[in-house]
Amino acid sequence: MTVNDTKTPGTDPAPRGQGQSTTRLGDRVFSNLSKGSGIALLVIMAAIAVFLAIRAVVAIRANEGNFLTTFAWDANGDPPHFGIAVLLFGTVVSSVIAMVIAVPVAVGIALFLSHYAPRRLATPIGYLVDLLAAVPSIIYGLWGALYLVPRLTGTYDWLDDVLGWTGVFAYDGSPARSLMTVGILLAVMILPIITSVTREVFQQTPKAHQEAALALGATRWEVIRVTVLPFGRSGVISASMLGLGRALGETMAVATVLSPSFLINASVLESGGGTFAQNIASQFKEAGSMGRDALIASGLVLFLLTLLVNGAARLIIARRKEYSGANA
Amino acid sequence: MSQTSHTTVKSAPAAADVRPKTLRPPRLPRWSLAALLLGSAAVGVAAGLLGGLESRAQWGLIAALVFVVARFALTSAVEGRRQAVDRLAATLVWASFVLAMLPLASLLWETVSRGGPGVDWYFLTHSMNGVLSWQDGGGIYHALLGTVQQVALASVLAIPVGLLTAVYLVEYGRGRLAKAITFFVDVMTGIPSIVAGLFVLSLWIMMLDLGYSGFAGALALSILMMPIVVRSTEEMLKLVPGELREASLALGIPKWRTILKVVLPTAIGGITTGVMLALARIAGETAPIILLVFGNNMINANVFEGAQSSLPLYVYEQWAYGTEAAYDRAWAAALVLIALVMILNLVARGIARWKAPKTGR
Repeated sequence: MTVNDTKTPGTDPAPRGQGQSTTRLGDRVFSNLSKGSGIALLVIMAAIAVFLAIRAVVAIRANEGNFLTTFAWDANGDPPHFGIAVLLFGTVVSSVIAMVIAVPVAVGIALFLSHYAPRRLATPIGYLVDLLAAVPSIIYGLWGALYLVPRLTGTYDWLDDVLGWTGVFAYDGSPARSLMTVGILLAVMILPIITSVTREVFQQTPKAHQEAALALGATRWEVIRVTVLPFGRSGVISASMLGLGRALGETMAVATVLSPSFLINASVLESGGGTFAQNIASQFKEAGSMGRDALIASGLVLFLLTLLVNGAARLIIARRKEYSGANA
Repeated sequence: MSQTSHTTVKSAPAAADVRPKTLRPPRLPRWSLAALLLGSAAVGVAAGLLGGLESRAQWGLIAALVFVVARFALTSAVEGRRQAVDRLAATLVWASFVLAMLPLASLLWETVSRGGPGVDWYFLTHSMNGVLSWQDGGGIYHALLGTVQQVALASVLAIPVGLLTAVYLVEYGRGRLAKAITFFVDVMTGIPSIVAGLFVLSLWIMMLDLGYSGFAGALALSILMMPIVVRSTEEMLKLVPGELREASLALGIPKWRTILKVVLPTAIGGITTGVMLALARIAGETAPIILLVFGNNMINANVFEGAQSSLPLYVYEQWAYGTEAAYDRAWAAALVLIALVMILNLVARGIARWKAPKTGR
């Protein structure tokens, strides 16, 4: 690291002569400007945490219920009475459903793009997958609420017939505005990010490993199983966590599709429950001053949750990069 | 896995003339794939018709299952188990791709077919002022105006900071600070948009008491945009060959002028692409707009004062009204929004492709 310090402008062996001072001035101004904007980004991150925390403390102090375990959201009442238990449950459950659906499919698509698709088609197909990411979330929400919801009741009836005895998949025939539907929609939305990261890792699999496997007579699938998947495992994990971060914080698709309530429904197919982001968006217009503080408190929990998940994902990627960089 | 797929070992003692003519293991003929596809499709349709299944999705599902099972059984019988597993994996990989394309195709089709009839010149040039939720008519002019203003303002705020940060990370940054910035920029890309909205809400509206405005929304959008700009610009600057920098520095040109006149122009194509993708991303954001811009049925051209509207918010509002006329408007506005985002995306890709040979090595 110390060797690289010579790159900072202050220690540049600038030529003595005319124009030296202006050169140095320009360099100093520019490097400080760029450094300043980098620091500004850090300050924004810190400010987000600090300002949310300030309002959250106000709300939690005034709260009559237990912030973590109360099954209600009456933040405008006097005294205010609210808790995030239902939101935490709904957020986690819908995200887990999304992950269960999206991760295998995304790994499949990534393999398709890196090892199966005809090479000439791989790039345009990659664009198509990226287009999935470009569609605004509110349009997913509109599509989910007006197209997907009415078409899922049949499937849910069938799930109820087969797995209804578990209780988790019980279904009463009401409109399918449930955590399961949200999970399916979220799965579609996080598919592209998981795919693109996973695909990049798969493409970095050393050619020598793959060719060695081929030379031993392995089929294409065996090549993938013994070289690509072990090599890409950490990449798949971190990509999935990035997707999870997305799913946790998604607002509009959930707000349009879910029919929320402040009771936990044991069945994921029936309406009820809520998520952090959805609750903020739906309650905001009716919220008074204390109501807003309470919403911000729940937003702080969401922020910390996504920070944790994303940070962990990035750390895994970074460690992997160093590791593979050392090998290269 | 331990047993080989060759049949020679087994068949050799039985009769000498059964030995395969070539050393290659037996393979299914090429047309078997097409035959299987057609066959399983036929089975699916037949089962659907005979079983009286209403949903076409069920027909497809039956056909797909029949295809997977039949292909596995057939390959396993003729070519051996290892080949069969290989084929199965290939089928599943292709299936996952098709599965991902279904929602995209359906979503685009629904938006175009339901929104298409509603988009005309009147729709684009009128606001919702005085139009009740169940009435026909009304338009998106106010929302379009709001989106353009907010996105423009957000990019004015975010692009300089993003560019300079990327320059710092690539050209100057070493040591702990650069590492911290890289890490937090990555984490920042994952901030839920609603959290960015809440932050501006607590700072701008609740603490400074400055009221709802397009500008407040633009502040939140710029927070979402900055990390995307930093990441994409950083990638592009890293692609600029070191020789170019060295050549410029060797001519005695100061570092800051080298960056401005040599490094940035070389990477400008990729940088533009990244910026436009970021624009496309924030143009569709709804959550912070709900919290900060609030929504307005009338035209408010002043982005710095008073509630505005925006396209995504308009879609959400119309959906929430729940009447047929409002649904039509929601789909039509969704179509305009999707068209806007897609155009930004396509132009971005176009620029990337057009400029690619100059930046890539």
